[in-house]
Amino acid sequence: MADITSSVAVPAPTRRRIRWSLIGDHAILIAGSLFMLLPLLVLLQTASTPDLETMKNGPGLYFGDQLDDNFRKAMFEASGFSGANTGLSMLKNSLILGLGFAFGKIVIGMMAAYAIVYFRLRFATLAFWLIFTTLLLPLEVRILPSYEITQKLGLLNTYTGLIVPLIASATATFFFRQFFRSVPEELVEAARIDGAGPVKFFIDILVPLSQTMIAAMFIIMFVYGWNQYLWPTMITTEEDMYTLVRGIKQIVQVLEGNEIPQYGRANVLAIISVIPPVAVVIFFQSWFVKGLTESDK
Amino acid sequence: MAQVTLDSVRKIYPNGVEAVSPASFNIPDGEFVVLVGPSGCGKSTLLRMIAGLEDITDGALSIGDRVVNTLDPADRDIAMVFQNYALYPHMTVRKNIAYGLKNRKTPKDIIAQKVDEAAKMLNLTDYLDRKPAQLSGGQRQRVAMGRAIVRDPALFLFDEPLSNLDAKLRNQMRIEIKALQRRLGVTSVYVTHDQVEAMTMADRIIVLNSGKIEQIGTPAEIYHNPASTFVASFMGAPPMNLVAGELDSGHLSFAGLSLPVHADHRGPVTMGVRPEDLVIDPDGQLHMEVELVEELGAHRLLHGMVDGQRLTVHLTKEIKAHTGPLRLSCHPDRLRLFHPETGKRMDAQMATQPRTQTESVAS
Amino acid sequence: MKRAGFDSRWLPILLLVPQLTIIAVFFYWPAVYALKSSFFLQDPFGFGQTFVGLENYTSLFDSSEYLKVANFTVLFTVLVTFFSLALALLLAVKADNVLRGAKTYRTLLMWVYAVAPPVAGFMGLLLFNQRWGPLMELFGHFGWEFEMGADYSDTAFAMIMISIWKQVPVNFIFFLSGLQAIPKAVREAALIDNRSASGRFWDVTFPLLAPTGFFLLIINITYALFDTFGVIDTVVRGEPSNNPMTLVYKVYVDGFRGNDLGGSSAQSVILMVLVLALTVFQFRMVERRIHYT
Repeated sequence: MADITSSVAVPAPTRRRIRWSLIGDHAILIAGSLFMLLPLLVLLQTASTPDLETMKNGPGLYFGDQLDDNFRKAMFEASGFSGANTGLSMLKNSLILGLGFAFGKIVIGMMAAYAIVYFRLRFATLAFWLIFTTLLLPLEVRILPSYEITQKLGLLNTYTGLIVPLIASATATFFFRQFFRSVPEELVEAARIDGAGPVKFFIDILVPLSQTMIAAMFIIMFVYGWNQYLWPTMITTEEDMYTLVRGIKQIVQVLEGNEIPQYGRANVLAIISVIPPVAVVIFFQSWFVKGLTESDK
Repeated sequence: MAQVTLDSVRKIYPNGVEAVSPASFNIPDGEFVVLVGPSGCGKSTLLRMIAGLEDITDGALSIGDRVVNTLDPADRDIAMVFQNYALYPHMTVRKNIAYGLKNRKTPKDIIAQKVDEAAKMLNLTDYLDRKPAQLSGGQRQRVAMGRAIVRDPALFLFDEPLSNLDAKLRNQMRIEIKALQRRLGVTSVYVTHDQVEAMTMADRIIVLNSGKIEQIGTPAEIYHNPASTFVASFMGAPPMNLVAGELDSGHLSFAGLSLPVHADHRGPVTMGVRPEDLVIDPDGQLHMEVELVEELGAHRLLHGMVDGQRLTVHLTKEIKAHTGPLRLSCHPDRLRLFHPETGKRMDAQMATQPRTQTESVAS
Repeated sequence: MKRAGFDSRWLPILLLVPQLTIIAVFFYWPAVYALKSSFFLQDPFGFGQTFVGLENYTSLFDSSEYLKVANFTVLFTVLVTFFSLALALLLAVKADNVLRGAKTYRTLLMWVYAVAPPVAGFMGLLLFNQRWGPLMELFGHFGWEFEMGADYSDTAFAMIMISIWKQVPVNFIFFLSGLQAIPKAVREAALIDNRSASGRFWDVTFPLLAPTGFFLLIINITYALFDTFGVIDTVVRGEPSNNPMTLVYKVYVDGFRGNDLGGSSAQSVILMVLVLALTVFQFRMVERRIHYT
């Protein structure tokens, strides 16, 4: 006994338990995935099928061959009156909104967060509260006066008017403040001993340290900006300023308007409005999830 | 209470890595067995297989007279104390301790009685209504113990339960756990990487290295007769001195030392000797150049070189020492020989002669 | 503030100026403006305004239409919040259980996060299309003549379904990360203490997810109140008429379409108070919430 037995050990037949519960788990997950995917599949199917067929029979089980044709129409033919809102122009505006918003929000947020966390400031508390009160009221509840003011400033139908008012909330500032506070204190002390001033410290140390956080924020903010609807609806009245998401209402009208509704073309535009943000979220999944779930702490 | 038997229990991970090579041993009822080894040696995996938290790839595990390979952890009649205590943070101490009983449909009054008993035993009575976050490390450790003992399990499992405590508390808890186990008489398997814990707590020690059992034995056996250079250097602080010697025609030679042995092996050999088995001897054959005297109060350690090889000597506090040359001798009984390549012990018979004679032979 | 901050006087001010300017112009000014307008009656032709005190507010509470919208908003919020949380929790628990395909499931269950609400509404229009919508046909098989846009409750049903679909991913992501934050050893301890999987879930996992769930509750209420605007606007095709709508949508309709700046501002202020109350409630709860450490 108690030996490293060299005796012929007859391995007991380890019965593999069939895990019914695991099969159930997979079934639920597959059902859930299908629930999420179904609308997209219908969208894709109708976008690739001739409109007449869709109108007669509704979405079928097979994808058609009209995707190219619909894509060309959607991208290069205007759907409005002035002829300016082709898919391409809307895509451009969406990109400007998404990127401009993300960039502006991060730069301004980081600067403010740096000031609040790393400087002795007499009115620091006041600045903090002024900034963080903005977390309390979403743009939607002050939409009308915001519109009036933007109009007064002559910013209707401009990219500035589209982007800057959306930046007037402190989510990114708050996020970076939390992150900066978690950076070890010793780092500033070491940097000061090494002769780095506040600007050097920010550029040489803090920004590189924040890379992942910046990436995560960028993804979240890009998606948020791209997906804006209410504000662009109010602020852009000229068709050449429409974004894809803002144009969706008009797409709906196209759907309804014609004798044979142009489902295919409209759906291609809907798909194009979904692809960039979805792609970003899928490809940078881990950053995105990290940024999202850490922003609540 | 029960005995535990492992018959060629083996673990292979899906990626093909064999975490535990077929292991067979038996733990009699009431014995306290410590699994010890460096991190990654498979000791925790072995424990978790006994607990049912990991699947057993091959072999048979029985607790009492049941083969439990396919039983859920909750059905194995075990209790486990985890490294990070794994207390339920949202439950009070009382609920934490009672939770396992509650799920076994134990009547309320018996639960209350058992919780109170355990709390008294562990000095937790005043803390029963607190949440784990409001307790100190040592108290949390006790709650984890309490959760285990109220269940009256057939088997206790401990997964490095003391590694998160500071040194002083660790010493204290070590004694408490051991005393508690004595009192309750429950078969226990205890995993640690700390050889002091292993030596002081175990009835029997199982030393593991890269998934294989190196040696099974009582603390004294393991300490004095290590089965391999691995065990020799892992157990004991400071570890056994291991130096390269030479065996030929009935003589073991190392530096100036030459001892008669009965061994068939010839050629290079690894020679092992515990630091306390080297004694200062003005006529000794070993010439040591002492480089450092480590003062430890109750004793001293001398570190230095003998013939280009590093050696440590343990001296009682009465014996003064200083750096510089020194002569040592060693009783041949205390020498252990290991195969230079495999590291396994060689059962060479030392020629047992009185010490004086050894020296005269040597001189 | 960090213990070892910098002492520069002008730099922090320079750093704060852009943020403070933007929020002053586009946050505080509009907020104050809304508050002020809510006490005035706007001349419909744009010639000045008259101070009317609380009249804009009282007329809202006397308006059966406003109360109807408020009622619907409450119902809508409760249903969307409950079902998107419940569904996401179920999926997160399952996704946390499986090893095989975990990453694929995660992707398939979260991509909808990036779909804009009006586009979600657009997809809903397809599924519930009156001529050939697959869901409409499905309901038809069960004898339910689904009429989106014409029937009040059918339209409400579609709005709720779409809003839930859109919100499941966020909740899923948070629940999954909450589940993964539960120490492995605690789950293992539960495995030894309790043989029933559902017992372990309700006794250990669920309470440990409570902080995440509470945070999500607030997020979801906010979502249902505000972010569903795009869904609703698309589903009603910009023509609310007899269709259900939420309070935020009414602010927009009355103010932007109806040119009732005073009434719309009063509605904005009511929503502001609602959000403030919600936030204060959240902070109070966060303070009291047990920090499991």
